[in-house]
Amino acid sequence: MERDVTLPPEEISLPDSGTWSRLPMIAGIAGVVLLAISFVVGKDVGADHGHHQLPFSYLVGFFYWLTLALGAMFFVLVHHIARSGWSVVVRRLAEHAMATVPLFAVLFVPIWFWRHDLYHHWLEPGDDPILQHKSPYLNEGGFLFRAIIFFVIWSAIAYFFRSWSQQQDRDGDPALSRRMMKLSPIAAILFAISLNFASYDWVMSLEPHWFSTMFGPYVFAGSAVALYAFLILLTQRMRSDGLLESVVTEEHYHDLGKMLFGFVVFWAYLGFSQFMLIWYANIPEETQWFELRWQSQGWQYTSIFLAAAHFFVPFFWLITQPAKRTPWRLGAGAAWMMFMHFVDVYWMVMPTLHRDAFHFTWLDVTCWLGVGCLFLALFTYLMKKPALVPVRDPRLAESLAFESV
Amino acid sequence: MSDDARKEFGLLAEFSSPEALMHACAKVRDEGFDNWDAHTPFPVHGLDKAMGLGRSMVSLFVLVMGVSGAALGMLMQWWVSAEAYALVISGKPLFSWPAFVPVMFECGVLGGASGAVLGFLIMARLPRHHHALFNSERFTQVTDDAFFISIEADDPNYDSEKTQRFLQEIGASHVEAVAA
Repeated sequence: MERDVTLPPEEISLPDSGTWSRLPMIAGIAGVVLLAISFVVGKDVGADHGHHQLPFSYLVGFFYWLTLALGAMFFVLVHHIARSGWSVVVRRLAEHAMATVPLFAVLFVPIWFWRHDLYHHWLEPGDDPILQHKSPYLNEGGFLFRAIIFFVIWSAIAYFFRSWSQQQDRDGDPALSRRMMKLSPIAAILFAISLNFASYDWVMSLEPHWFSTMFGPYVFAGSAVALYAFLILLTQRMRSDGLLESVVTEEHYHDLGKMLFGFVVFWAYLGFSQFMLIWYANIPEETQWFELRWQSQGWQYTSIFLAAAHFFVPFFWLITQPAKRTPWRLGAGAAWMMFMHFVDVYWMVMPTLHRDAFHFTWLDVTCWLGVGCLFLALFTYLMKKPALVPVRDPRLAESLAFESV
Repeated sequence: MSDDARKEFGLLAEFSSPEALMHACAKVRDEGFDNWDAHTPFPVHGLDKAMGLGRSMVSLFVLVMGVSGAALGMLMQWWVSAEAYALVISGKPLFSWPAFVPVMFECGVLGGASGAVLGFLIMARLPRHHHALFNSERFTQVTDDAFFISIEADDPNYDSEKTQRFLQEIGASHVEAVAA
């Protein structure tokens, strides 16, 4: 049953002037400039063994923001599957975040051009029997073909679920909610498979001898962490500018905080399971990935830092009720997790390049910021026209009246 | 305890709706009563605030029991594998902690879950055979469609006549004295 809800109009649409309306332009220019500097000035920055730094730094930035967008897709799909009521007030923001996926299809082009820098091991397997054995999957054509499939799947899911939601803004038809509920499990299956294989193709294959069936879920858990952290920070920022102020309440933050906390634990569960099974079995082609992150100088500290600061610190920081209901405490936790997601992606990608010692360069920052600015530009551009909440969603009233305790 | 107080448990006031109950609870809270409670057939959001209840202590039980369970789980495995029955397994050190984490985790969960149940029972003073409120015939409706406030006779502010009038003033549809 649709219940009519009236929300203060100035809270549910972006103002025509001011920072929010200028953000697409500002962030867009900043992103282009940062990436241009990285590409032009950074193209000759070398690393050990004659490799180039830029492709790897770029991959970190690309994968960080892509996983955030995919985390948003998970959010939208899972809340349709569960017919969740509480999350309706923040769902529109996640819909915009997932709709940035086509941008990443464009940003994938440099990765394709740098494929011999990133994936030369399996692109040129030589007489390596393991890589020859894997070549039916790990080959140039398959890599490109799968990348296209992934972006088609993601773009389609993002396009349809975002358009239907906005169509409902206009006609208020509850049948659209039912349709999204029915189609979301199929979309979720496609999403899960594509996310897994994308993480195998783009990150796991950096060490082509190594494999872990946990790797995809591990990446997924990190994406969800990043998304919940992003939603918390974004809505806090918006509310301090008078947007969604009476719409998103302490109760919603409490639940977003619970989800963030839950996925921090889930991430640790997957990360540890992946580690423990490999450590226990002690088979050389499996252990090498962790050995690289443990034996070489500096990476050991990164690994310890990751376990401590991506799990133990936020676990105790976020565990209490007041932590989730006090804006600054939840905001600090969310900001910390957005930083830790960077450390996580960095830790997945970079030891491949710097095998002997931890090494941080300015390119890591500019590439991450550059892709991030482009993401933010498109995201805020998408936010412009439609209302900031699904104004005629049948469960909006339930979401507005939501109480968490 | 005088004979009078032993005979009387307190007053039971019935309210027609969760809203009326919530409204009345805020009044009882503001009046400064300590030994009183609200009874509903289903959870009513916001009632804890209206009653002026603080945060539940159950989570503290869960934390303490969960951490203790995890610590004991690890301790047990260290003792079994490295002290009592030291065996080298797949060439690993006797105290190979990563292998013990799953069991430590399960022990932590077991401790936490037990802590939740125990904490709830202790805080709710359960189990008990009987409660004076069951002496009231009307009170059986509390699991169906009735909403009650009970104020106990041993509350310092309690005065059977004044409190009865007070409960009627704040909207009770029916007030009765309950025998202890």
